Amino acid sequence: MLSVDDLSITFGGLTALRGFTVDVAEREILALIGPNGAGKSTVFNIVTGLYRPSSGRVTFRGRDLLALPPHAIARCGIARTFQNTEVFRRLTVLDNVLIGRHTHLSAGALRGALGLPTVAREEAAARDAARALLARLGLEDAAGLEAGSLPLGLQKRLELARALAAEPRLLLLDEPAGGLNPTETQALMEVIVRLRDAHGLTIVLVEHDMELVMGISDRIAVLNDGRKIADGKPREIAAAPVVIEAYLGGEDD
Amino acid sequence: MRYPAVAIGAAGLVAWPWAAPPYFVFLASLVVVNAIVAIGLNLLSGYTNQLSFGHAGFLAVGAYTAAIVATRWPGVPVVVALLTAALGAALVGLLLGVPCLRLEGLYLAMATLAFGFVVVEAIVNLEWLTRGNDGLRVPTARLGPWALATDTARYYLAVLVGAAMVWAALNLVRTRTGRALLAIRESEIAAQASGVHLAKYKTLAFVISALYTGVAGGLFAFVVGFLSPDAFDVFLSVDFVAMIIVGGLGSVPGSVAGAAVLTVLNDSLAGFQNYRPLLFGALLIASMLFMPGGIASAVRRLKGG
Ligand SMILES: Nc1ncnc2c1ncn2[C@@H]1O[C@H](COP(=O)(O)OP(=O)(O)O)[C@@H](O)[C@H]1O
Ligand SMILES: [Mg+2]
Repeated sequence: MLSVDDLSITFGGLTALRGFTVDVAEREILALIGPNGAGKSTVFNIVTGLYRPSSGRVTFRGRDLLALPPHAIARCGIARTFQNTEVFRRLTVLDNVLIGRHTHLSAGALRGALGLPTVAREEAAARDAARALLARLGLEDAAGLEAGSLPLGLQKRLELARALAAEPRLLLLDEPAGGLNPTETQALMEVIVRLRDAHGLTIVLVEHDMELVMGISDRIAVLNDGRKIADGKPREIAAAPVVIEAYLGGEDD
Repeated sequence: MRYPAVAIGAAGLVAWPWAAPPYFVFLASLVVVNAIVAIGLNLLSGYTNQLSFGHAGFLAVGAYTAAIVATRWPGVPVVVALLTAALGAALVGLLLGVPCLRLEGLYLAMATLAFGFVVVEAIVNLEWLTRGNDGLRVPTARLGPWALATDTARYYLAVLVGAAMVWAALNLVRTRTGRALLAIRESEIAAQASGVHLAKYKTLAFVISALYTGVAGGLFAFVVGFLSPDAFDVFLSVDFVAMIIVGGLGSVPGSVAGAAVLTVLNDSLAGFQNYRPLLFGALLIASMLFMPGGIASAVRRLKGG
């Protein structure tokens, strides 16, 4: 459903991706791994329209994503989380999730300002949906708190809730387990698998936690220095000499 | 607790002209005018993080539009004059907002500052329309058979319009558009990833902000009765920014409170022209030091703790 073809991008003199290609199938969980600075987050930033590649193509369900601005890409059904969390810090947890539902609400400025009954109904329904989502992720008690006041683990969960509020088809998770303890990581794995199994989501995740990656991915693509050096089932990747050399032999955080 | 408070406030507003001397009725009308500007400015700066030092320009556009409409078409209902002022200012807001999309922070502040100067220059030079430095007398506001010829009548007009504007702003910030503006303030990349169209909402913030300020300008024209370009200088724009800082960025009630405090303060310091900037500056610094988040968050803390 997502097809990334021959992407290259440079920042100043630095080449962050060199001819990176990967295809993601419907309902697949694909992990993108590689040492720090390999270009994993850059792939997400290109797919979501924040960066323009110098060459290459990105298509999602037949649409050319490189022709679309970021908000339009979100509307196609792609949601993401960020490596360094980007919650709306001074807004409440509930408002964070409601902004995630932005594309599913219809009230414009005038109808909103006039407080029409249709708007009130839409708002009430959105709030119910947002609260239900928070409850599913164990955040119901935090609904009224400022997002920036939450510990990092909960902020990561809130970002996931905000992304899910958009009811995406494709979910991009950038280091979702970063900063989580083993119990939290275990819970997160279960959530991710359930999203695919129960909701039919397609998921691409960037992750350093090899246990999590090996445990839930259908397929793993390995990036090193902007190039894809391996792509295959977890078992194959774990055994590939080129991966062991580049990834496990190199510096890691 | 909320409805009784609103009822008491409404009763106070209705009773004010009977309790207060005429000058204070006039002053209260100015508070309402400034409160509407402060709400508009807060939607742009406090909610969407786009700083403006040019809102006196939008106020002037609204004021002169209403005055010219009322002069050209004698007997035009005040509501029509105010609507024209709103639409005129909103159009100018659109024309300024689109090129300003490329700017932020200090550069945006400079561009809006320049806009304020341009408006004053335009008023000075378009004498056939604005009577330039001679100033423009504003006809009495009319509402059907009534002429709003007293301070009290104009006060009630201001309060009615002001109440409607506050109500609309409260609705707006609690629904989809207001949240989109806040999302942009908090994180542009996360807002976009949530499907918020940055350019559209940043421009919309400019348009709504200008519309509010245009309505306030129209009211100002009828309340004061005489317009001249020197009333819309850059210091007025700075006053508006001070109102939302003292009142609280990102708060509608805070905007109203900040407008009330600064309007009354400005008025009581009118006798001390030389010390005014000093006292004013001291208040602003003290407020930022001891009351970060303004009156709105101070009240929130009092209620919470
Ligand atoms: N906006 C940017 N400006 C300059 N360099 C960048 C930018 N984004 C990423 N890079 C560089 O591109 C390379 C890949 O970064 P990134 O994709 O974040 O790696 P990671 O695999 O750790 O997520 C790094 O060398 C990084 O410094
Ligand atoms: Mg990264």
